[in-house]
Amino acid sequence: MNNYEPVIGLEVHVELNTKSKMFCKCSADYFGKAPNTHTCPVCLGLPGALPFINKAAIEGCMKIGLALNCTVSEKSLFERKNYFYPDLAKGYQISQYRWPLCVGGWMDVKGLEGKRRIRINRAHQEEDTGKLTHASGTTLIDFNRSGVPLVEIVTEPDFKNTTEVRDYAKKLQQLFRYLDVSNADMERGDMRLEANVSVRVKGEGESGKEELPNYRVELKNINSFRFMVAAIEYEIKRQIKELEEGRTLKQETRGWDEDKKSTYLQRSKEDAHDYRYFPEPDLPELRIKQLESRIKEEIPELPWDKAKRFAEEYGIKDADAQILTETRQLAEYFEAAVVHGKKHGVEAKAVANYIVNAKPDIDNFLPTQIIEEIKGKKVGVIEDEKELEKLASEAIEENPGLVETYKRGKVTVIQAIIGSVMRKTGGKVNPNKIREILEERLRLERLPR
Amino acid sequence: MKIDVKHVAKLANLPLTPEEEEKYSEQLSAILGYFEKLNEVDTKEVEPTFNVTGQSNVMREDETASCLTQEKALSNAPKKKDGMFETKGVFEE
Amino acid sequence: MDITNLTLIETIEAIKAKKFSEEELNNAYLKKIAIINPKINAFLEIQKKSRGIPAAIKDVISTKGIVTTAGSKILSNFLPQYNATVIEKLLEQGVSVVGKTNCDEFAMGSSGENSAFGPVKNPWNLARITGGTSAGSAAAVASDMCVFALGSDTGGSIRQPSSLCGVVGLKPSYGRVSRNGLIPAVSSFDTIGPIAKCVADAGLILDWISGADGKDSNCSEIASPLRGLAMTSLRGAAATKQSVKGLKIGMPKEYFSEGLDLNVKKVIEDAIKKLESLGAEIVEVSLPHSEYALAAYYIINPSEISSNMGRFDGIRFGSGREDLGPEVKRRIMLGTFALSSGYYDDYYAKAAKIRTLIKQDFEKAFEKCDVIVGPVSPTTAWNLGEKIDDPLKMYLSDIYTISANLAGIPGLSVPCGFSEGLPVGLQIIGKYMDEETVLNVGEVYEQSTEWRKEKPNLSF
Repeated sequence: MNNYEPVIGLEVHVELNTKSKMFCKCSADYFGKAPNTHTCPVCLGLPGALPFINKAAIEGCMKIGLALNCTVSEKSLFERKNYFYPDLAKGYQISQYRWPLCVGGWMDVKGLEGKRRIRINRAHQEEDTGKLTHASGTTLIDFNRSGVPLVEIVTEPDFKNTTEVRDYAKKLQQLFRYLDVSNADMERGDMRLEANVSVRVKGEGESGKEELPNYRVELKNINSFRFMVAAIEYEIKRQIKELEEGRTLKQETRGWDEDKKSTYLQRSKEDAHDYRYFPEPDLPELRIKQLESRIKEEIPELPWDKAKRFAEEYGIKDADAQILTETRQLAEYFEAAVVHGKKHGVEAKAVANYIVNAKPDIDNFLPTQIIEEIKGKKVGVIEDEKELEKLASEAIEENPGLVETYKRGKVTVIQAIIGSVMRKTGGKVNPNKIREILEERLRLERLPR
Repeated sequence: MKIDVKHVAKLANLPLTPEEEEKYSEQLSAILGYFEKLNEVDTKEVEPTFNVTGQSNVMREDETASCLTQEKALSNAPKKKDGMFETKGVFEE
Repeated sequence: MDITNLTLIETIEAIKAKKFSEEELNNAYLKKIAIINPKINAFLEIQKKSRGIPAAIKDVISTKGIVTTAGSKILSNFLPQYNATVIEKLLEQGVSVVGKTNCDEFAMGSSGENSAFGPVKNPWNLARITGGTSAGSAAAVASDMCVFALGSDTGGSIRQPSSLCGVVGLKPSYGRVSRNGLIPAVSSFDTIGPIAKCVADAGLILDWISGADGKDSNCSEIASPLRGLAMTSLRGAAATKQSVKGLKIGMPKEYFSEGLDLNVKKVIEDAIKKLESLGAEIVEVSLPHSEYALAAYYIINPSEISSNMGRFDGIRFGSGREDLGPEVKRRIMLGTFALSSGYYDDYYAKAAKIRTLIKQDFEKAFEKCDVIVGPVSPTTAWNLGEKIDDPLKMYLSDIYTISANLAGIPGLSVPCGFSEGLPVGLQIIGKYMDEETVLNVGEVYEQSTEWRKEKPNLSF
């Protein structure tokens, strides 16, 4: 058994949280809505309807790509991926193939062999399909999801074990949330995983040769990290067994049967799709490399960078740094508490310990209160309206980029502005109060002059 | 050139009668033969034209507009049920 | 006065001068349709409560609440939920849809015979084809069943039937007019344009329908305004002071070689001589890749069609794919094959490169001239049924029109005479987004000849 090693690549689809769909102005907030109430001629694929690119989706895709160390292509084209399935309104999906938006990145993962670098082939933009419901011999279709922006991130076949796969998938999910481009909820289908799995005799892929097996098995439609890991593990064992028993393996698509704990054949090579890609004639090309620097500025400190900094700057354990950077909100909360703690002689380590162990409800428990808890005595919370107004004004002045983004309609960046106030005051303000004041201010600024 | 008409028809999701298969097989071969004319042209150094407008970066702001009502969306559907379009059963892939 | 003889501009002026009411106008046209349409089969749907200026709309253009079939059985009951942008724009100008016109199914064909609802017959000779695919639109204008019509041109579908029916037809630059609501044939070639009784009308209609709408990404801001074109048109034919003096008119030698009917050739050459006598300078130009245009066109055309036809699956609208007609199926098959695994580079990508060469041919030619002139069609209208079983022969009839679609440039067909009693059209091709010069040359020619006054004898 030791003679073989797995070769694994991952394709991740993530639905972006834009207001409107990828190519039409229908609301992309479709989840849980009555069927076929979020459609128009474009996303229903009615004759004569044409796509029009949503800029925010393209920026989301660029953010993801750049955060994964990709470069933005000089020229990028949409293409049509042609196939027939009832959830696909137009008979083709508008996707990218030969000219993807972002190419050539990487991400570091931790697995059985320590830290390794996984190469990212591409991050490209496409659109989601409708949703099918199967009932006794008939299929029902809801097109609310049709046309919701999707970004597909494809790695090179660089994973060596499922620990790495899991780490990568978890990190991606965290990244999407940090970037605020998606809820990345697996259960809702915001984030979907597909794996390509094959095995080869150890040494075949040694440096210089880079020989890949002449087949790969695609694992599709698996909707949790846990099932994906189980499916890959199962598949590795199955393939090794096949090879050891002298059989050849073929290109095919397999699914995961959770009851039987095994993979099963969905589509063989003979039935493989022939997508007949060609450039989407309805959409002119994209040449948006010049947006790269602006988009980069909008990318916040990434979770792994943050964790590294926390460990170095505050002298806390790596594991704690991981926990504290799990979400952007928690990390900002922690840093606000640290700033405040400093003024009261409370060390960052103590703050970290407290948060990791006591797991305070960060929405209702002010960072200052943590310091109070730790010190066992009260510290002042800024209640004075004038003082709060002043802090809000300063925050608006000091964060012109965020304010601009907010004015363009991306209201979630207000969280980052609140964060800056929290840091400055060491968490001595009530976040809800400062939010109210900021919203009021920014609303005034958004009014036409 | 000979075309595997059955395979192409399957890709195209086109139900053809045996007569149609035979007719298209002949006609397509003739037309493809005519296309061979293009081999006379050396296009190695030529960039393809997919879009003649010369435009790029045509994008819109992320704004929503009203959608069709469910009734309107379904108005041309031959079969519908529970607010959804209905078609013959397909297996979940 | 026969109201239905008037051009669009004359009609607008007559209504302004209260010579007749809109109601009288519509009644006159509806009466004419009732008599003539049964013989010609130009209309598939007639709006008996038409008000405003009655225009005939090719049935590939979506009209809200009016059945839109694209000439296909698969859409026999299809009611669009929205109006095409061109329809919205016409409605704003006080135009109404008097009817939807017959066409080759999904705008695939060259004769007007590929409709699921029967062929359209040429008003000049009922045994002849009208040309296609905007067959009903051209026939309706030729027989005065509407003030003007809209057609669509993918490879000649406005210009060729206009030529064969003796009316004015303009294929605008790609991106001049929004395609929103046009049931697509070939997305990178399709254009919507006017078919009219005179060139000035065509200019006015173009002005009405052009301009970006935020729906067609290829229809850009540069598409409007039309630099005073509408003003020129509205001054009316009589007031026209345009001239072709000093203009350079290119004659591509490739458009006058074998394949061109000798009688048609004679008519075209006479028309060019007329332009020369009006002060234009005739220069010889070359479009060396013309002979490859047809092959490139008939690769890109079915490839895009095979994809565009994907949505017709009988789930959200329409009936099943078995209801598609033979030409549609043929192109879906051809395109599916051309795009299938292993063939993309040899066919689609190769054709796209030929397209570049053809575009460059025009750019080079336009360094030497302002417009290019030549025939629209190698022959006059042929007999119904003559080419129906030979697709390649049928495709060859598009030889002079497809290049403008490959290059995305404007082309106009203007009546310029007759060959054996059947109309011949002169094609005037212009630079990208330079419809103004094309229309100017067309109008000067038209106003200095009497061809526009010839009408088919329709006293059945």
